[in-house]
Amino acid sequence: MNVIDVLNREQLKSNVPEFRSGDTVKVYSKVVEGDKERVQMFEGIVTVRKGGGGKEAITVRRVAHGVGVEKTFLIHSPRVEKIEVSKRGIVRRSRLYYLTEKIGKAARVREKKVAR
Amino acid sequence: MKNILGRKVGMTSVFTDDGRHVPVTVIEAGPCTVVERRTKESHGYDAVALGFGAIKKTRVTRALAGHFKKQGVEATRFVREFRSGIDGVEVGQTVTVAGFEPGDRVDIVGISKGHGFAGGIKRHNFSGGGASHGSMIHRQPASNGDTNAGRVVRGSRRPGHFGVDRTTHQNLEVVRADAERNLLLVRGPVPGAKGALVVVRKSVKAASAAAEAK
Repeated sequence: MNVIDVLNREQLKSNVPEFRSGDTVKVYSKVVEGDKERVQMFEGIVTVRKGGGGKEAITVRRVAHGVGVEKTFLIHSPRVEKIEVSKRGIVRRSRLYYLTEKIGKAARVREKKVAR
Repeated sequence: MKNILGRKVGMTSVFTDDGRHVPVTVIEAGPCTVVERRTKESHGYDAVALGFGAIKKTRVTRALAGHFKKQGVEATRFVREFRSGIDGVEVGQTVTVAGFEPGDRVDIVGISKGHGFAGGIKRHNFSGGGASHGSMIHRQPASNGDTNAGRVVRGSRRPGHFGVDRTTHQNLEVVRADAERNLLLVRGPVPGAKGALVVVRKSVKAASAAAEAK
């Protein structure tokens, strides 16, 4: 295996749960405030999951106080502490750009019932 | 010592310890041996010659073989001299990437990729003409200058051979130095093709900036 593949593989996390766009996830990321660092949680629907290897990224969307907020996270970044899946959604495409234009009830994603 | 020879492996991106995601060039650097010590008294200037890369005995020219023998060191494929940051370096000593730390600034010298005979757009960033609407100047260099002069001004940018030049990228940041695997990760691109020799030197700009700060 060449050196670059080894380097790339080393930085991948092993604890990333299985999820896809349409699912609702909680992302725990480290944020620096002044000189302090704390963990912040951001929960929302995964609208995009793209890239591979260390570049793999997700876009998470939520509506906070009536304003749509989208955040992108690099899954394998050391700043992203943990990702939890809270709901599975039923969607028919891999990139949910259409959610941006919908508001209220139309912006919902059907939930998949999962046996626990 | 913050000078070393290496081979460009390619590019990728890595996360740094402080959480940044940066594009890097991977350089397989060293281990190098100090092949010669040049001194002001006998050569007129102070320098250290580093050797890098294995070479078959039969491939070493007689002249170089004699040179290596005189210094009592193994023959190496590449030999390059360094003039700065060479205090206390002795012949026969091994130089590895252990001398580098993340955050160090380096200059990297390489031979740029060859582009053959290239036009003005690729070679000098000309903007080119229109693509359609009857424009007949697509990728042509257009005017060569004043017709009154009756000649082309020297040094004007024309199509021609592009690449395969000795190129230096200054002030590049060392992202990681892996002494175990002899790898040096430097932020951003580095001149040259994959597998080509690169010379890593202590940054000139960073050194002068540090001197000014004092």
